[in-house]
Amino acid sequence: MNVILIAVIVLGGIGLVAALILFLAGKKFAVHEDERIAKVAEVLPQANCGGCGFPGCSGFAGACVKAADKGSLEGLLCPVGGQPVMEQVADILGMKAEASAPKVAVVRCNGTCESRPRIAEFDGAQSCKVQQMLGSGETACAYGCLGCGDCVAACQFDAIRMNPETGLPEVDEEKCTACGACSKACPRGIIEIRLKGLKNRRVVVLCNNKDKGAQTRKACSVGCIACQKCVKVCKFEAITVDANLAHIDAEKCKLCRKCEDECPQNAIHAFNFPPRKPKVEAPVADAPAAPAVNPVPNVEPAKEQEKA
Amino acid sequence: MKTFNIGGVHPAENKLSAAQPIKVAAIPKQAVFSMFQHIGAPAVPVVKKGDEVKVGTLLGEAGKGLSVPVFSSVSGKVNKVDAVLDSSGTRRMAVVVDVEGDEWLETIDRSDKLVTMKDLGNITAEEVVNRIKAAGIVGMGGATFPTGVKLMPPPGTKAEAIIVNAVECEPYLTADHRLMLEKPEQILVGIQLIKHAVNCPKAYIGIEMNKPDAIHLLTNLLKEKAAQYPGIEVVPLKVKYPQGGEKQLIDAVIGRQVPAPPALPINVGAIVQNVGTVYAIYEAVTKNKPLIERIITVTGKSVKQPSNFLARIGTPMQQLIDEAGGLPEDTGKIIGGGPMMGRALMSLEVPVTKGSSGLLLMTEKESRRGEVSPCIRCAKCVSACPMGLEPYLLASYTRLKDWDGCEKNDVTSCIECGSCAFTCPSNRPLLDNIRVAKQTVMGIIKARHMESITKK
Repeated sequence: MNVILIAVIVLGGIGLVAALILFLAGKKFAVHEDERIAKVAEVLPQANCGGCGFPGCSGFAGACVKAADKGSLEGLLCPVGGQPVMEQVADILGMKAEASAPKVAVVRCNGTCESRPRIAEFDGAQSCKVQQMLGSGETACAYGCLGCGDCVAACQFDAIRMNPETGLPEVDEEKCTACGACSKACPRGIIEIRLKGLKNRRVVVLCNNKDKGAQTRKACSVGCIACQKCVKVCKFEAITVDANLAHIDAEKCKLCRKCEDECPQNAIHAFNFPPRKPKVEAPVADAPAAPAVNPVPNVEPAKEQEKA
Repeated sequence: MKTFNIGGVHPAENKLSAAQPIKVAAIPKQAVFSMFQHIGAPAVPVVKKGDEVKVGTLLGEAGKGLSVPVFSSVSGKVNKVDAVLDSSGTRRMAVVVDVEGDEWLETIDRSDKLVTMKDLGNITAEEVVNRIKAAGIVGMGGATFPTGVKLMPPPGTKAEAIIVNAVECEPYLTADHRLMLEKPEQILVGIQLIKHAVNCPKAYIGIEMNKPDAIHLLTNLLKEKAAQYPGIEVVPLKVKYPQGGEKQLIDAVIGRQVPAPPALPINVGAIVQNVGTVYAIYEAVTKNKPLIERIITVTGKSVKQPSNFLARIGTPMQQLIDEAGGLPEDTGKIIGGGPMMGRALMSLEVPVTKGSSGLLLMTEKESRRGEVSPCIRCAKCVSACPMGLEPYLLASYTRLKDWDGCEKNDVTSCIECGSCAFTCPSNRPLLDNIRVAKQTVMGIIKARHMESITKK
């Protein structure tokens, strides 16, 4: 009886002392974490893709809380969750979400097997990065798609695939979260993260070639030759030619599609517009909501039109 | 027989052009002078369209930092200064000259007469280095590192041995071999100049045993004229690739090991110079001739006449192939350099540069890589690696993008010799992957370095 009593007292005593030490240590070394961080992290997609520029979703949540303390969520965007998620985040933090336009990855090369003939064969390790390191690739264009699919491997959302017919990657706009992983993986910087545009409509120069016109033309039949015709036809000063390559500013572009008709190389493409009616009518220029109506049957796959 | 201690392979030697005396290649109709013929900053063009140039006229002055000047090897008129396709496969700045006649600058001594150290009087070490720098000389074994920089040991280091790299361990190539047979005394004077420049009493010439005639000739010459050329020794080496690698050669000849980067050969007291560079130094110092021509081997199993040419820099490769009997029909791949470390060329308009040691025309059959199969962990690549790395491991880390793992396993020590890929029974593209890792890790290290500087 006595033995049991001693055991209980000793063990109870040890327990009490240990509890006291743990209690004090817990107070002393407590890591204070803002509970808002956990709450914000809960509404994030937990894809940990790094598209926001922070190490994973919890890193981004921490950055959001920090920014909220400073008074503004400006410049912070989860590309995967987009506007809805950012609104939720803003709610938790008692802020107002910045309006952000959704973006999408655009492959700025249209050098298919026909338009850009192969002049060499690469039989090394099948990686764009390796190919880029060893030379100019299989075609005469030192700026175009290398076709080994580093971007496909980089995508965590299965949103980009190689088209075996064209040899070029294609972006699935519904799956693409604009996290930018493909853009970083491309050793030639062909993939641009671009504004999705009104009703997902975009007009883009599908070329990355910075050589002079004559050389570009030799390498590829649909390359930008920097002829400046698009610059002249654009009423909104949305197009600039820099280093022998035209670029359309997505924020200034009013989707009038005049440049698309003007481009002698067919390097400018319009995405997600309804098919133009066969009759040529006066083009509706600057109203972005009204679809343009010139006949160009060659551009987008049927699936994307339905979406639009 | 001396050789380096770790790894190495022995590919078929195929020295088809070893018995062919050096032929002077015809002067091209149009010559292209790339401003990117060396490691470091590109040269800056100083001529413009329409300018008259002579042989030896400065075309591009040395850029900022590590750089060397570029000289014209022909006389004529500048056609354009523009981006031109070069051996890298991309368009880069170059000067294109339309050739008219062959007029040399009068300052260049074109006679064949041997100039010895005695004739030079008491030339100072600085003067030698300055002339080398002014002549635009770079390492002519292929690495194209500015020679003048190599001959100025950083403070705290001292050159204890000059090692002349006459190994030519790449299969097929014979340019250095022929040079030794045809200009032996000039090379010895060149070695004396280097010894003088860095104040080093001892020099070794490392030659592989597959060039017995060169070993014999130089040994005898040194015996006969021992008083005239003191402190130079010929070291015959066992045939093993990549013995021509700087670190491997130092290990083979003087038995010292260069530590991992950023340590340099000079940290163990060695300066290595290619034999072609030594000859260029001789010509620059004694004849006042800038680096405007070099010896290049044009070879291949189906080439009609494998040859060694003394070609003007800027000559299009096409012309050299024509002179060697034309392009064989079964050509599958054309490589600038040797088969182990050379690069496939995208076009034959590419010009001869300071670093062009050879042009190898591979047949369609030879040029195919074998089918890739899984790694069987045989570790042949590990025993072949001359740097003691584990290529299979590095390649796997690269596939997994584990750059920390690559760095821990010393990927930056890789000399890109290709012994691993050569020896792999599964034909795995080991070097392709390791090269990516090396570049990436070096970028990371540099970024880290920059960060630490800005923090301070």
